[in-house]
Amino acid sequence: MNTPTTHAQPLGPLVDGFEVVIGFETHTQLTTQSKIFSRASTAFGAEANTQACAVDLALPGTLPVMNKMAVERAIEFGLAVGGEISERSVFARKNYFYPDLPKGYQISQFEIPVVVGGEVSFFLGETKKSVRLVRAHLEEDAGKSLHEDFVNQSGIDLNRAGTPLLEIVTEPDMRSSAEAVAYAKELHKIVTWIGICDGNMQEGSFRCDANVSVRRPGEPLGTRREIKNLNSFKFMQQAIDYEVRWQIEQLLDGHKIIQATVLFNPDTGETKSMRTKEDAAEYRYFPDPDLPPLVVDRHWVEEVRSRMGELPRDKATRFVRDFGLPEYDASALTQNRPSAHYFEEAVSLGAQAKLVSNWMMGELSRRLNAAHLDFAASPLSAQTLAALIVRIMDGTLSNHSAKTLLESLWPLDGSRESDAKAAQTLVDQFVDSLGLKAMNDTSALELIIDQVIAANPDNITQIKAGKDKAFNALVGQVMKASKGKANPQVVNDLLQAKLAAL
Amino acid sequence: MSAIHELSVKALQQALQTQQLSARQVTEHFLARARNHGASLAHLASDMAPQSPSPSTPGSKASCGAFLSMNEAHSLKAADESDRRIQAGQARALEGVPIAHKDIFVTQDFPTTAGSKILAGYRSPFNATVVSRLQSAGMVSLGKLNCDEFAMGSANENSAFGVVHNPWDHTRIAGGSSGGSAAAVAMGLTPAATGTDTGGSIRQPAAFCGITGIKPTYGRASRYGMIAYASSLDQAGPMARSAEDCASLLSVLCGPDIERDSTSLDIPSADFTLGLNQDLQGLRIGLPKEFFAKGLSDDVRDSVRAALDALVRLGAQLVDIELPKTELSIPVYYVLAPAEASSNLSRFDGVKFGFRAQGYKDLDEMYLKTRSEGFGAEVQRRIMVGAYVLSHGYYDAYYVQAQKIRRMISDDFQRAFSQCDVIAGPVAPTVAWKLGEKSSDPLSNYLADIFTLPASLAGLPGMSVPCGFGEGHMPVGLQLIGNYLKESQLLNVAHRYQGVSDWHTQLPGSAA
Repeated sequence: MNTPTTHAQPLGPLVDGFEVVIGFETHTQLTTQSKIFSRASTAFGAEANTQACAVDLALPGTLPVMNKMAVERAIEFGLAVGGEISERSVFARKNYFYPDLPKGYQISQFEIPVVVGGEVSFFLGETKKSVRLVRAHLEEDAGKSLHEDFVNQSGIDLNRAGTPLLEIVTEPDMRSSAEAVAYAKELHKIVTWIGICDGNMQEGSFRCDANVSVRRPGEPLGTRREIKNLNSFKFMQQAIDYEVRWQIEQLLDGHKIIQATVLFNPDTGETKSMRTKEDAAEYRYFPDPDLPPLVVDRHWVEEVRSRMGELPRDKATRFVRDFGLPEYDASALTQNRPSAHYFEEAVSLGAQAKLVSNWMMGELSRRLNAAHLDFAASPLSAQTLAALIVRIMDGTLSNHSAKTLLESLWPLDGSRESDAKAAQTLVDQFVDSLGLKAMNDTSALELIIDQVIAANPDNITQIKAGKDKAFNALVGQVMKASKGKANPQVVNDLLQAKLAAL
Repeated sequence: MSAIHELSVKALQQALQTQQLSARQVTEHFLARARNHGASLAHLASDMAPQSPSPSTPGSKASCGAFLSMNEAHSLKAADESDRRIQAGQARALEGVPIAHKDIFVTQDFPTTAGSKILAGYRSPFNATVVSRLQSAGMVSLGKLNCDEFAMGSANENSAFGVVHNPWDHTRIAGGSSGGSAAAVAMGLTPAATGTDTGGSIRQPAAFCGITGIKPTYGRASRYGMIAYASSLDQAGPMARSAEDCASLLSVLCGPDIERDSTSLDIPSADFTLGLNQDLQGLRIGLPKEFFAKGLSDDVRDSVRAALDALVRLGAQLVDIELPKTELSIPVYYVLAPAEASSNLSRFDGVKFGFRAQGYKDLDEMYLKTRSEGFGAEVQRRIMVGAYVLSHGYYDAYYVQAQKIRRMISDDFQRAFSQCDVIAGPVAPTVAWKLGEKSSDPLSNYLADIFTLPASLAGLPGMSVPCGFGEGHMPVGLQLIGNYLKESQLLNVAHRYQGVSDWHTQLPGSAA
């Protein structure tokens, strides 16, 4: 089913001659009103043990009943990543004792998961990467043990017990911490886009475990260690980097890596072993006799699909096909719903797609990021951006003037204008009042060019000696003298003509 | 009129509705009998019962040890409510008729122990669906009945709160695991009781105590609130004197509960009393040759044969059939049931409810001591067997293999049902044995389940009907097994048989 993971050529950067191999297991908390097998609420932050019903407490005689909404979330995920939805999947019991596990077993899926396969693609810099998914399965969360709040005792909060999780497991396809983080971000984007998870990493709604190993290129996979519960992208990168260095040092020192589960300590920046495989538990998995196999027929899948709307990967494909955008742009614009919506809105008003993309990914993203805003909350509406781009397209604005205009528009309430006509009026008024209209009048430009040529005899000499830099410097001078209003292409043409005539 | 405790559910129902008897009068009568003849060791050994009933000595001729807890104030309150409804013309189906529940069903009004020390002092915040359905039909709960710990046993010698004595001979076992239910009905401490059947736990004690009991098709009665032993096998059912009484109880007790129990069948219950008098002319009764092979004692064989002759006289015809995997049902059951039990019983860990051992150094020791002190020997044995067959490296050889044979056993039944309508045979190879006789030998206990296990593994309805007396004048039970959802057919056969026999109306001397 899977292609071999041993490659003659390493797929990522080597670290001290070692290839890094990473696989992920991500627990995403599903956005359902009630728990996966009971009717208790899943809302976060309630007082301890107030959101646990008899079923969650595992009181004698209680039985689990599947929450259909959780299954639909899993189906949505399967469709979003192009996985296969199993027509029949099985819930199993994973048996172990722990005080925050009320039944003494966790209901999970073992042999037959609800989603099989699928793929997550993303850009790492300019390079497109794909990570294959092994599976995604439904399971219930455990409660929380609170060791800090009590002296010589532990408190148990069962509010979280029975919260629905979708565990998403990858093949060991990632070859660097940067790639791993890019995967995690992409996965985060998918689950929040389709709305199956709120993505809140602080509250534990999106928890990643990274399986990390290293090997010499061409060798079989090395022994892995699993870093548990990485709940921020920053820690994820730090933890993996530390773990990779640690494993390489061990190997270089002649030690063997022992399979283990480790925790990352953000304070020390180190990973530390919790348990090794030797003391790994015997989970005694077997099909849960309280739950019949989960049957998802085609009809149900299609019903869910019809409600989902366009998926990010389909949207990106369409942006490439319909608007001729580079894949990289299409991928970046479909990072989240607001951004894709913003783009589509601006393009629908006649703004050229690549220009919209450039402005969104450049100037706008920079400003939004600085203000911690997304495109839905942008101080500049898609309509206003479209109006601005339309004026670049018809030559009214140079790129430079457009940026000046943006600077002025950004703080204005009016820039949030969602009416296209009104936005155009606003933009046009500002173009006039700021005197940003491009100098398409060649006679005025020629005058400036003549002055610049006269003032820079040295440059002329150099240009004649074939130095392009000197030419560019002159273009810069002309642009500056025009206060950025000149069309650089026109300046180029005129300047070249003048020089040729000298 | 006979004494109140000799009346059937139907007779009580009629006497109550016509106000010849009041519910209070009936309830007080049974409560007094339960107090005087039903007490178990529990009342001497612990303070679990809200009202300590009996001054009588457990195990004496007078007491069978069937009751684990009572709440007389609660029962009488319910009886008064029934009387009010009857007077107001608002009587429900079984208004004012008393019932007692196997202590495996959780109840709000009584403690629930499952016959285990580990649940000492436990009170459920909700009622089992079966209990609330019977209460909603107007039945008055008298209390909770002794059973083997977590329903694991065939003799009711595994209860943490003492053995149950057979009302026909107090030196013998009542059978298990619903031994308290069977003994209480046989002794006239309650006109009816609930039981549960995982591998024969309704049918076998019913047979040993000379009463009638039925286990419906798996999924027909809700398992919600029934403390799980082996989830894929556990099924609730009524135990009473006659098939007719079982039919009216079963009508109330069955029905979908899909919001609470995923294994509940989404099939409405029926009025099982409607088909009781159907003619048996042409009915094909299959006799599995494996049920009559060696190992079956002569006294039981003779009684069962005589009952079959009676059925032939009623128009039925006998057909020889085969259930070739019958012997394998023992190892299959004793792999699958402990496997499920080992997991089902993990929640009894001393953390959240029930018993927690004293004096532990750390979490592991807390678990170890709590479960070692809280569970009895048989429960610990099955947990260990179950954990073993589920562990890595053994799972395929035991659990998976057993599941395969379980499917073959079901297939064997379907083949048999192409040749016959109902299957008949003995419930158990012998009559009730002496207390202590097999208690040190779990294997011989397990072997005695051979005739009841196959129907359990296949999820088929099964029934026990009194059909005579064997060695030591101990009752013998005729087992009837039907195809899925054919409860009314079983009840029909049993009722017609009870129309021409009087075994089910005979009472042990202790019931006087």
